[in-house]
Amino acid sequence: MEPLSWGQIIGQMFIQFTPVWIALVVLFTASIIYKRKLGLYGKLFDSPIGMIGFGIVMFWVFTAIFSNLIITHDPLVQVSGMKNKVPGTPVPEGTAGFEYYLLGGDNLARDVFSRMVAGSRIVVQIAPFATLFAFMVGITLGLPAGYFGGRLDTFLSFLANLILAFPVILLFYLLVTPEIVATGLPTYMAGVLFLFPIIFLVVLWNSRYFTQPQKRNVFVAITLLLGGWVYLGTAWGADPTGFFNMQSNILIVFVSVVFVNSPTVFRIVRGLALDIQTRDYVAAAQTRGEGPWYIMLWEILPNARGPLIVDFCLRIGYTTILLGTLGFFGLGLEPESPDWGTTINAGRRLLSIFPHPALAPALALMSLVLGLNLLADGLREESLKD
Amino acid sequence: MGLFILRRVGVMILTALCLTFIVFYLTNLYPNLEKLAKTQGNMRMTDAQVESWLGDRGYLEPIPVKYGQWLGVLPGFTHTDEDGKVTGRCIRTGVEAADAPTFCGILQGDWGYSTVFKDEVGTIVSKRLALTGKLMFWVMVLMVPSALIIGVLAGMREGSKLDRTLSTFSIASTATPEYVSGVILIAVFASSAFGLKWFKGTATAAMDNATFENFFLPVVTIALYGVGYIARMTRASMTEVMTAQYIRTARLKGVSFPNIVMKHALRNALIAPFTVIMLQFPWLLNGVVIVETLFNYKGFGWTLVQAAGNNDIELLLGCSVVAVFVVLVTQLISDIGYVYLNPRIRVS
Repeated sequence: MEPLSWGQIIGQMFIQFTPVWIALVVLFTASIIYKRKLGLYGKLFDSPIGMIGFGIVMFWVFTAIFSNLIITHDPLVQVSGMKNKVPGTPVPEGTAGFEYYLLGGDNLARDVFSRMVAGSRIVVQIAPFATLFAFMVGITLGLPAGYFGGRLDTFLSFLANLILAFPVILLFYLLVTPEIVATGLPTYMAGVLFLFPIIFLVVLWNSRYFTQPQKRNVFVAITLLLGGWVYLGTAWGADPTGFFNMQSNILIVFVSVVFVNSPTVFRIVRGLALDIQTRDYVAAAQTRGEGPWYIMLWEILPNARGPLIVDFCLRIGYTTILLGTLGFFGLGLEPESPDWGTTINAGRRLLSIFPHPALAPALALMSLVLGLNLLADGLREESLKD
Repeated sequence: MGLFILRRVGVMILTALCLTFIVFYLTNLYPNLEKLAKTQGNMRMTDAQVESWLGDRGYLEPIPVKYGQWLGVLPGFTHTDEDGKVTGRCIRTGVEAADAPTFCGILQGDWGYSTVFKDEVGTIVSKRLALTGKLMFWVMVLMVPSALIIGVLAGMREGSKLDRTLSTFSIASTATPEYVSGVILIAVFASSAFGLKWFKGTATAAMDNATFENFFLPVVTIALYGVGYIARMTRASMTEVMTAQYIRTARLKGVSFPNIVMKHALRNALIAPFTVIMLQFPWLLNGVVIVETLFNYKGFGWTLVQAAGNNDIELLLGCSVVAVFVVLVTQLISDIGYVYLNPRIRVS
């Protein structure tokens, strides 16, 4: 069979992504029709930059969701004779899957296109959740530091600056090694860091409904039960039903990314809390006799949401970059894992002869982070218009 | 001001002590020591042999004691074997035990001995830092002026076509981490697949003899990531200045637009980017590690990766001291510089 030309390759890739295009069209039509009723999300569709960014981000999210429909070959299977083949090379007769390697083969004769698509799944699974956890940690510690000030603030700020003064890569090299995993340190760190979302939610419910003990007890009980279940499963691998569990190498990557991100979030939240607590509505709440946690979580936090949402988008992008860095240095994830950083690392050795195995994941990572940055920019513009 | 600097220096020293202790603790965990013993001694050592190998070299003492020895506040470890021969931390090969100093830590200027490179840590770090310094110098030469020009051009007429184009470029450049831009640049300009081959894909030769051909790609790769960020900060500060009252006054007086930008706006707009540029140094450190690994340029970042990958404790500590020092000093300089540049701020 003849190798495919570049036009045919692009056409075929377009066809492979059909489920993503359908999902994107449905999402955008629905959002644009109802945009006046959707608050800040709806306003995003007034800004072309925000719309482009959101489109790129959702493209990768849908790619991750439908990755099993999109891939043309198993991302881990090697087809003999396809080593380092250029894009559009036909696979030998009788091989399972599509007749061509759309973006060529890598140095172990696996399909670059399928690995890139499968890699999106790992990134889209880890990056938002890790960022969310970092935000929980940062908010739970940053609000009291900014609101109470004093010794607590000095101590927590010192800790945050301590972690920030570490070069990220050195920290990764110290934390994400098989030897450190053997000491159980990441599990303990997960044990501490994963507690914060539960603490956050419990304090949130308690401060809001402490005048209605019945309602509060229900919310707190549900949070503790569900949160405790997930917590046991993810941090300690001790879920009795076995529904929630995390592979140890994913856990360590997750924990170290949360650990690196949370001091920055802490500083942002602390700064916002310092600024907002001088406002009149905070003074009004204080005069009303509200407790400090109510003021922090239900007066200050909602009013800080604009900058926090923008930073959340930017930070997912930064987390994606960090995940790629880990993969680039071969830390954490297994060497055959299809995530983008690991694939770039595998492809860079033969970069000057066969650039395509490293180029595909590199462009994918760049487009996702670019999308997130554009989305953040659009959100910032729209939230400033109020 | 003097008190302010003094307090900052105190916090800095405390931070540096905490950080090195953390690095020390993590590198001295038993599985790491076991790996060190097996790579340095023999891969097939039994557990008992590993223990005695580590014990003879003083690795099994309590961590605070070892940390004190490394700092130079506790006497160095010594060990006498069955033949009465004395070995120890401070006793280097070729030196008699009696002549060796009792204390040998960084306070005495002794940075220790690298187990990977078989050399003094002090010499390795200074040699590698010089190479990285060369890289950083050219990065700064390329990055700072281009970022400032982009930022000022984008910020002088907010919302214009030029502003949109340059802002999009800055966003794109901050979205491209070094390992992505490096890969793309090598693929386009140095690979046989695209056939351009203008530059070299490796910078190993640039260590002795840096030419445009072998040094341009690594410099551009690091600079690109920083340019976007500084440019965005400059743009933000420039747009703010351009809406100020005195600019409007100057315009109403009939001053020409280039004159307003050059003489009235520029100086005030460059205060904020100064801090950002200083705070970029720690960021550049990350970029340096990635780029030196990608281009195989054996500078400081490359050494850090080698030391961390092989659990070379003293070299890693040396590297982290340098890294932490760079981060903290740039923070200090940016604070002080900010106060000097902006007379409206007074440190009390």
